Amino acid sequence: MINRIDALFSRLRAENHRALMPFLTAGDPDLATTAQAIHEFVTQGADLIEIGIPYSDPIADGPVITSSYHRALQNGIKVSQIFQTIRTLRAEQSARVDRTPLVTMVSYAIIHRYGLDRFLTDMAASGLDGLIVPDLPVEESAALLEQATARGLALIQLITPTTPRERALRIAATTSGFIYYVSVAGITGERAGLPAELTEAVTWLRSHTQLPICIGFGINSAAQARDLAPLCDGVIIGSAVVRRMAGALNRPRGEVVREIGQYLGEIARALDPTEG
Amino acid sequence: MSSAIIDQVRPNDSSVDRSLGDTADPGPDELGRFGGFGGRYVPETLIEALNQLTVAYAAAKVDPEFQGRLAGYLKTYVGRPSPLFHARRLTAHAGGAEIYLKREDLNHTGAHKINNAIGQVMLAERMGKSRVIAETGAGQHGVATATACALFGIDCTVYMGEEDIRRQKLNVFNMRTLGAKVVPVTTGSRTLRDATNEAMRDWMGSSRTTHYTIGSVVGPHPFPMIVRDFQSVIGREARAQCLETLGRLPDLVAACVGGGSNAAGIFAPFVADREVALVGAEAGGRGLKPGEHAASLTLGRPGVLHGSLSFVLQDDDGQTADVHSISAGLDYPGVGPEHGHWKETGRARYESIGDEEALEAYHLTARLEGILPALESSHALAQAQKEARRLGPGKVVVVCLSGRGDKDAYEVARLRGEPM
Repeated sequence: MINRIDALFSRLRAENHRALMPFLTAGDPDLATTAQAIHEFVTQGADLIEIGIPYSDPIADGPVITSSYHRALQNGIKVSQIFQTIRTLRAEQSARVDRTPLVTMVSYAIIHRYGLDRFLTDMAASGLDGLIVPDLPVEESAALLEQATARGLALIQLITPTTPRERALRIAATTSGFIYYVSVAGITGERAGLPAELTEAVTWLRSHTQLPICIGFGINSAAQARDLAPLCDGVIIGSAVVRRMAGALNRPRGEVVREIGQYLGEIARALDPTEG
Repeated sequence: MSSAIIDQVRPNDSSVDRSLGDTADPGPDELGRFGGFGGRYVPETLIEALNQLTVAYAAAKVDPEFQGRLAGYLKTYVGRPSPLFHARRLTAHAGGAEIYLKREDLNHTGAHKINNAIGQVMLAERMGKSRVIAETGAGQHGVATATACALFGIDCTVYMGEEDIRRQKLNVFNMRTLGAKVVPVTTGSRTLRDATNEAMRDWMGSSRTTHYTIGSVVGPHPFPMIVRDFQSVIGREARAQCLETLGRLPDLVAACVGGGSNAAGIFAPFVADREVALVGAEAGGRGLKPGEHAASLTLGRPGVLHGSLSFVLQDDDGQTADVHSISAGLDYPGVGPEHGHWKETGRARYESIGDEEALEAYHLTARLEGILPALESSHALAQAQKEARRLGPGKVVVVCLSGRGDKDAYEVARLRGEPM
């Protein structure tokens, strides 16, 4: 069976469409809300969902995502419960969610303790399609790539503005699914502007790889998404979603999820070529 | 040293001339591995900065001008070499091997942390970085870094957990007086591990202009190697002092282990001397239950934390566990990867010392030797007494007295229920 991520990007490329890829933290505020949000996001035009597995000591993340991880952990969330939630979601066989790739963002600290083999087996069995391990550089990722590939899972790797070009090619050669291009050096979080070097760097990368290139870190508005669309195959919206989700702590959860859905809907329309 | 003392100790069974110490490559390999431990588990954004640091350090290490300047500061500013002191009354009390104290508490700023801080701030200057950041737990590394930055005229920012700021007001005041900016960290447990996360986050966005002066032999490669090398002055001196005053090597070297920098510093030059036992004392806290101690090597398992693979206290999902120790400097859920390697290979042994035992050693050293040791170092002093009793008369134990106890007076008074 073709991986859902590969299927997504070949479909989108044929339609000249960019992927909208929201990120959310599993279990913030609870797993029922996470499942509900995935449905809502997909309904509003999200093409792929990144699911953050909470970790106690994330070093790549800014205060918004770090706090969401800590909130989820305070509720005692376990990795096995997250896999169970995904499994249930896949078992519902809702047409749109069924074809939507779901990928995890997970620290290597968790994979190492859980056990690489067991983690990837459980991931694949739950219906996840790929993983991003932000603290596993290319030098350390050979075993993971091999075992993920054997299970039909994509290993999505990151390239950043500080990555030298030769190294970027090495990373691209060991990436599957898509390349996660980090638009700015630093931690996750929303930023006012996007750097000018971005166009040059991504254009160069595109001329050296067939893989889809998706841009993340610091994107929070429809206008930014529209500006980025010609450059890439998809945009990742992380902190902007998680920050809004934090509001679900003291407001009706369904209401907050619908609002985030509307916000993502605007960005989806900005990325749609037919909407001009 | 009087000849009477030398007469009390029997010679080692080795006839090899060891005056040069260990000349073999101590590691790590080019991926930063000490055996199966170490490496780099950090975001891609940091890799280039770590590569630049590796190259810059390799050049500085063999640059006689850099090393000469460093040695000069260690002598005239830090006050090195620190003495090796024969603790006769503590020896008599323990009733066994002769106990010698390596007096890192006599260094400027009162602990071994300055050895590394000066070296790394000089490295920052050499790399043309205009800003230095650091994490600190109890504040000793923060004070040492703020001190070195003042000396070299470099902008300094120290990340410190809100909880530690509350417990260590004196060090916070001193860091600010020295010109450093102290940033309170309000995430997670608000202690050292959160301060480390925050410093790494800062560095992700600032590495072009900023050097991260990590305070222990932890973190991604090349930090564990750099910090060990800068701290190895402790072991090199101790080894030479033993040969000079006792005419032989010690039978055992003991040091406390949190992240493990003073232990790595005193152990490393003895690693090739197989007849010298190396013993690390971890924080046993209030007991062996999770959350009650910080004994990563004796009770933890291999795992990833703060960019390297070593022994870590984690739950079965890989979430870092809460830790406790009477001493803020040992209150850390991980440990340097080289210690993991030394444990695995049996080159060093690690034991845990509880809060009560450490406190007892603190009081004993004060009464018997007129020295107020840091609570961290008190763990090593407690372990050393056990080892001295076990080894028996005629043997020699060297303890790294890594810092002085002034900073702990308030905490000890609170525990004794005495108002200050």
